[in-house]
Amino acid sequence: MSNTSQNILTVDRVFAGYGEAVVLEDISFSLKEGDSLALLGRNGVGKSTLLLTLLGLTQLHSGAIHWDGHDVSRVPTHQRAANGMGWVPQERHMYPSLTVEEHLTVVARSGHWDVAKVYQLFPRLEERRANMGNQLSGGEQQMLAIARALMVNPRLLLLDEPMEGLAPIIVQELLGVIRRLVHETGLTVIVVEQHARLALGLTDQAIVLDRGQIVHQSTSQSLLDEPETLDRLVAVA
Amino acid sequence: MNMQSLSIVDRLPAPRVPNDRWHKLEYLFWILPFVAYFLFPTNLVLISQMMILALFALSLDLILGYAGIVSLGHAAFFGVGAYTSGLLSTHGWGEPFSALLMAAVLAAILGYITSFLVVRGHELTQLMVTLGIGLMLYEIANKATDFTGGADGLWGISTWPLFGIFEIDLYGKTGYFYSLAVLFIMFLFARRLVSSTFGLSLIGIREGAKRMPAIGANVDKRLVAIYTISAGMAGVAGALLAQTTQFVGLDSLGFIRSADLLIILVLGGAGRLYGAMLGAVVFMFAHHYISDINPVYWQFWIGLLLIVIVMMGSGGILGSVERILERRRNRAAEKGAS
Repeated sequence: MSNTSQNILTVDRVFAGYGEAVVLEDISFSLKEGDSLALLGRNGVGKSTLLLTLLGLTQLHSGAIHWDGHDVSRVPTHQRAANGMGWVPQERHMYPSLTVEEHLTVVARSGHWDVAKVYQLFPRLEERRANMGNQLSGGEQQMLAIARALMVNPRLLLLDEPMEGLAPIIVQELLGVIRRLVHETGLTVIVVEQHARLALGLTDQAIVLDRGQIVHQSTSQSLLDEPETLDRLVAVA
Repeated sequence: MNMQSLSIVDRLPAPRVPNDRWHKLEYLFWILPFVAYFLFPTNLVLISQMMILALFALSLDLILGYAGIVSLGHAAFFGVGAYTSGLLSTHGWGEPFSALLMAAVLAAILGYITSFLVVRGHELTQLMVTLGIGLMLYEIANKATDFTGGADGLWGISTWPLFGIFEIDLYGKTGYFYSLAVLFIMFLFARRLVSSTFGLSLIGIREGAKRMPAIGANVDKRLVAIYTISAGMAGVAGALLAQTTQFVGLDSLGFIRSADLLIILVLGGAGRLYGAMLGAVVFMFAHHYISDINPVYWQFWIGLLLIVIVMMGSGGILGSVERILERRRNRAAEKGAS
């Protein structure tokens, strides 16, 4: 992890939602380069909406988002992605007419991650390189969604429920990969996850949302050390 | 109840990205015009027009089959190309290659300007905007009689010999190879374009425009680019028709031409490049031979053919052929396994 004291991401009193509806209220937090954050909470509390807001895919009613020292609150989504925000969407969003390799090359930007390195991370994708996006299993689709996000060479990786609906053996494999990304590559990572303990085991900071507001903010370890608090906040074992 | 998508683009077949290496059937396809030259020496003009229509259909395939932009006014660019080349000639400049280039540039400029209206909307908006642009240009050309010849069309076009040597002859021999060469070059360009990362991103946009910005693609910019390129290509097709027939009719800008083009693409198979060309050949063949039998009601048979093809499933003629070949392959694989 980098030791720089400069915040790479600052979310400042953000109110955001869909159209006129406000989903997120008064959200503030910041991350330094290399930080990892677990975004927790029950279903429908605004976790995914917060990721979409960082990407500029929701209506920002007030507040500001600073990325790498610049106010990006009004910057279009594609520019945020080009400036280093990588997104792994909850629904994975495969393109049925593109092969695995085409999924990777279509968005490739120069940097550390290239097709060869991504295949090293996910050898199974290399085996399936000629398969179409809709010919993959759920686990393979999730791998491809992460690999595709890496091909943009992001500095911030937004993972939206990466373990959802996957078999335990695939979850273990993906956990290993995400752990490597968090601890070995210096990427800044935000993980939205229903399985709170999995996410807390991966990250060093945690935020719990309830009804669109931050109700708890601490280190991941301290939340893990307080199981009663954790259960009360997210109601999962 | 199975709720099917009401989107026109969703009802089109999934686009195909050509392989880097050419399939043997592709080589065969491009040998056919040379065979046809010897087999049908009295129909060279007709076959030239098939090739020009194929080029026009290719241009629509780029925006509809690959990028998912619906258009009912693509003839606007075809007509601009035709009038550009025709007017250059009637004003003393009959050099064909520079006229093609000029036609492409002017059609592309019109495409670029109008693209901002088109790419912002969804299907119904796109249909109405492209239809509107086509109708406006048609009426402008109709009104500007002194300039365009109005409803009588633009006469007096004289195309200089190609390379200063090959005259556009009455039998269509020069026009035949000229049309074939331009079609082939533009096809190579289109093939490379749809296989590039830019082309792949268009497919991504067609299959999920809302997701593409989040992985770094500027959707509007790419749609503007492909719409402009497609317009330029349609302009080349129009200019080619003007040069080989030495006439530009007002119908080159007409709605019927745009609608026919959509039929051609659906008939042949959108998102395949070869589908567009095959559709053009079938359409022109039916037009020519069925209208010989029944000059008034020939479109009845085109309509029937279209219904049959669409009822057989998405993908047009080429899609149906692909399905048959795939079934055969699967059967052969099953036999091999057993």
